[in-house]
Amino acid sequence: MSSTTNTSTHHTSTIGAIGTPSRRNTELALLVFAVVIPVFAYANVGLAIDDKVPAGLLSYGLGLGLLAGIGHLVVRKFAPYADPLLLPLATLLNGLGLVVIWRLDQSELLQSINQAGNAASRQLLYTAMGIALFIAVLIFLKDHRVLQRYTYISMVGALILLLLPLVPGLGTSIYGAKIWISVAGFSIQPGEFAKIVLAIFFAGYLMVKRDALALASRRFMGLYLPRGRDLGPILVVWFISILILVFETDLGTSLLFFGMFVIMLYVATERTSWIVFGLLMSGVGAVGVASFEPHVQQRVQAWLDPMKEYTLSRQGVGGHSEQAMQALWAFGSGGTLGTGLGQGHSDLIRFAANSDFILATFGEELGLAGVMAILVIYALIVERGVRTALAARDPFGKLLAVGLSGAFALQVFVVAGGVMGLIPLTGMTMPFLASGGSAVIANWALIGILLRISDTARRPAPAPAPNPDAEMTQVVRP
Amino acid sequence: MSELTLTVMRLGFLAVLWLFVIVAVQVIRSDLFGTRVTQRGSRRESGRQQQAAARQAAAPPQQRQQAAGGRQRRNAPTKLVVTEGTLTGTTVALQGQTITLGRAHDSTIVLDDDYASSRHARIYPDRDGQWIVEDLGSTNGTYLDRTRLTTPTPIGPGAPIRIGKTVIELRK
Repeated sequence: MSSTTNTSTHHTSTIGAIGTPSRRNTELALLVFAVVIPVFAYANVGLAIDDKVPAGLLSYGLGLGLLAGIGHLVVRKFAPYADPLLLPLATLLNGLGLVVIWRLDQSELLQSINQAGNAASRQLLYTAMGIALFIAVLIFLKDHRVLQRYTYISMVGALILLLLPLVPGLGTSIYGAKIWISVAGFSIQPGEFAKIVLAIFFAGYLMVKRDALALASRRFMGLYLPRGRDLGPILVVWFISILILVFETDLGTSLLFFGMFVIMLYVATERTSWIVFGLLMSGVGAVGVASFEPHVQQRVQAWLDPMKEYTLSRQGVGGHSEQAMQALWAFGSGGTLGTGLGQGHSDLIRFAANSDFILATFGEELGLAGVMAILVIYALIVERGVRTALAARDPFGKLLAVGLSGAFALQVFVVAGGVMGLIPLTGMTMPFLASGGSAVIANWALIGILLRISDTARRPAPAPAPNPDAEMTQVVRP
Repeated sequence: MSELTLTVMRLGFLAVLWLFVIVAVQVIRSDLFGTRVTQRGSRRESGRQQQAAARQAAAPPQQRQQAAGGRQRRNAPTKLVVTEGTLTGTTVALQGQTITLGRAHDSTIVLDDDYASSRHARIYPDRDGQWIVEDLGSTNGTYLDRTRLTTPTPIGPGAPIRIGKTVIELRK
């Protein structure tokens, strides 16, 4: 008795979960909801365009429902304690993306310039492949810490993926940006996969090096300045992202790559100075490259004065981008509540209307209310990722979850900011919404890894044995 | 299709979309409050009820330990569980490999504990499949129950092995 009360004065409180429910039924309910909403949207588009419920409604609804259902069953079996929100949120975004891609397929204007037609059925196929990869991740990745063994292999893999588009004969340049490779008739965007592989490398590397990066520093004007030799890795990453910017002329990948590293560095070391350094270096790099790279200059001009570029392009005298201005018009004509699904004119954007500019269609047809809902759904996915990182017990899992959700957030920011005119446009696509196979498949894999980490993190801890001798064994001998 | 129907569908769709967002946020809310803080003895004057509750909470693990001691036959433990410390909840499957514990990065279980040495202890099976814990000359020692280990000692399932603030045990 006496020993129990002794220890209880030291252990004032214990934080434990109440019964730690697995929450799989919550996930199932939300998932049904997340399948019903796109089916409703699909019917709405059909009624607005053709005055009748579209013929493919049943097969489309069943297809999406089946994919989501299989995903759910696999989570139930292989990751029973995983986060209940990630799968429904991703399913809803993917479903809405499919509807809007199908809606743009119906546009005669886009069909006439060969920009649409059967993009929706292809996207459904890519979704199926994405869910298959998601399932494979959950089944074969029993423990995310296994990835830690492949830290340096991941580095090499990521570099190869990032540099593949530069290989002559393999890489293809589509409208200025060399971020594609074509293999057997398919064009693949390796950068989407590099995002995940890089997060694994950064997590493994920073886990080992974070003490040196955090502690060995001098204090100067309220900032902790790192030692010169510790600056090495950030300089290397910065240099590679500049190389991507120069040779692949892609702002998005470069920003994503460097931003993810700075986020993970900050989380690993808790030093604000890294963020200051990161912002300074990316600013210097972007301005430096923009001063001589014509493709980047065009993007910046279209961002600063989209109207001028639009009129120039219309008159056929120079001018490179009509779309930046058209996207802004789409958002404007949508107003607060939108024109209604299937009743907008965002197909006037023509090129890349269903990939890079898909958010403009959402802005026009669902209005501010709809776009805010979409952005909140993205924010919830990122929130669940960061919550997973907080709950994870091992430092590698923490860093990996932060890196993956940080990359996801950056990608949403870069695309949404670009389409809305906040930052220059980049060649990236909205995760899950936009048409594009690589992005959908890679993002499903990303959700799979996050679910695996959250399953490990939320699994109930075994009950501690009573230990009357806690203070006895915690004496430091002189 | 009439204008009215389309307007109703448009507003209805936005409402359903936001309803989903609100439901999702409700799920997060129930998740946030899904933990309970148990006060143990910090305010002893608050009555016997709490003490009784604390004793109840303490009782089941003791019973489990006795039960584990009782069926200490030749069926070997299958996993190692960290029951206390920063790594609480971590499990390692026992497959005949040697498990090293310590602060060194290459340990099987990397302890983040000021009281642990970099190579603190190891747990390995002998030829009969009996699991042995051995202290590797650590500064603060490895404890089995209350006794500090000096020689490699056989351990059974459920016996708490204490290293600094971390407690591990073998489970079936």
